[in-house]
Amino acid sequence: MDASSSDTTDRLPARPVLEGPDIARMLTRIAHEIVERAKGADDVVLLGIPTRGVFLARRLAAKLEEITGRTVPVGSLDITMYRDDLRLGPARTLARTDIPADGIEGRVVLLVDDVLFSGRTIRAALDALGDIGRPRAVQLAVLVDRGHRELPIRADYVGKNLPTSLRETVKVQLTEEDGRDAVLLGVKHPAPAGER
Amino acid sequence: MKRHLISAADLTRDDAVLILDTAEEMARVADRPIKKLPTLRGRTICNLFFEDSTRTRISFEAAEKRLSADVINFAAKGSSVSKGESLKDTAQTLEAMGVDAVVIRHSASGAPYRLATSGWIDAPVINAGDGTHQHPTQALLDAFTMRRRLIGPDAGLGQDLAGRRITLVGDVLHSRVARSNVDLLHTLGAEVTLVAPPTLVPVGVENWPCEVSYDLDAVLPKSDAVMMLRVQRERMNAAFFPTEREYSRRYGLDGERMARMPGHALVMHPGPMVRGMEITAEVADSDRCTVVEQVANGVSIRMAVLYLLLGGNEPALTHPRTEEK
Repeated sequence: MDASSSDTTDRLPARPVLEGPDIARMLTRIAHEIVERAKGADDVVLLGIPTRGVFLARRLAAKLEEITGRTVPVGSLDITMYRDDLRLGPARTLARTDIPADGIEGRVVLLVDDVLFSGRTIRAALDALGDIGRPRAVQLAVLVDRGHRELPIRADYVGKNLPTSLRETVKVQLTEEDGRDAVLLGVKHPAPAGER
Repeated sequence: MKRHLISAADLTRDDAVLILDTAEEMARVADRPIKKLPTLRGRTICNLFFEDSTRTRISFEAAEKRLSADVINFAAKGSSVSKGESLKDTAQTLEAMGVDAVVIRHSASGAPYRLATSGWIDAPVINAGDGTHQHPTQALLDAFTMRRRLIGPDAGLGQDLAGRRITLVGDVLHSRVARSNVDLLHTLGAEVTLVAPPTLVPVGVENWPCEVSYDLDAVLPKSDAVMMLRVQRERMNAAFFPTEREYSRRYGLDGERMARMPGHALVMHPGPMVRGMEITAEVADSDRCTVVEQVANGVSIRMAVLYLLLGGNEPALTHPRTEEK
């Protein structure tokens, strides 16, 4: 949930670059990749980063259950209080942190988010995890990687690599929150010359 | 939210619910192996206590340290105040030291407001109790305790206390806890009734957003929570009731009275309790009594307030924004 690109300028209408069936296929593929890499995924814990990462984590958990026949623990990890840009704006509302009952100690934690951008959200998530326990390994799954990394962080599982310019915005919509599944690519209006 | 927290009356319903919801998340930190968040790293908070306090001072200090703030504790005893230094001089000293927030308790009603509005110091001021005026974080932790117990930690998120019937019993006249609770509970939609001897009911109470009764036994069966207030001898300079025994008999809560309350109703007390006076040991030690829970919830509430006032470059917006990436 990198917020580096949020601003208040008017935007041109965003166009969908991915629709519901595309997203479903990507999640199915990622679920199979997880099972393959984690050798059955029997010690995997999924932690979604609010807001939309949580819904994606739940969908992935359901697909993993279909594939392996086992219930995969799923929770959420709010990184608000670990952000490095907290003091650049008003204090932010906290989202929910919900760690599964068996914890994360010695397990493979799979962080799930909607968009990977600067990498600062994931850095914050790694810090937050360190205060909760010591996983055996931490991996990252994202629906969209839009590039422009500001930290040495990469995803282990990517739904779609989407090359973007910094003038563009990427917004993921999910049925649970927005009433439909889509990834929207928008363009910010260029700021007036005096404001650049 | 406003920049300072001086009075519970300053909070809107949305502000109050945001604080309660934030405190719910803060409460989860207490269950972690590392009970610490990096959020206020590099911020310096001064606890300025001009009046004796145990639980409030320790609670604020615990909250500040759990958020990684640097904490300076100031107690009037043994400080330059005993040499005659004024509040203004103390405030300017703190300003010169670069304090980011001040938590103040004072025996004079209005001292935190004076500090916040005088221009002596340019930091958010949080009122930790001033005379007989206000104690907003106490009211918040009481409301938090009620919401958790009456609705539930998860089911309560986003909820207020609409329609709940809360009774405050005892020394209302000298109680900043009662004033703060009446303001906040009214904001949260609860119906508040004060029960007290006529001598301990403040002048002008008819303008408060609550009912007043002198008959505890009549009010108990209709209460979702009963909050017993301590008789504040340190603020009394006259006889307000004939004997302690009579006070206890008419306004004290014992097992027999507790049995008249509905099965789900809570017994609350801001502490410190005077066992045998306003509350018997039997009631204080029962499962219905939330005194110890209130202390634990106090840390979560104060973490929430500190985070929402100091976590960003300005206090939290009550309505969260949406983001694109």
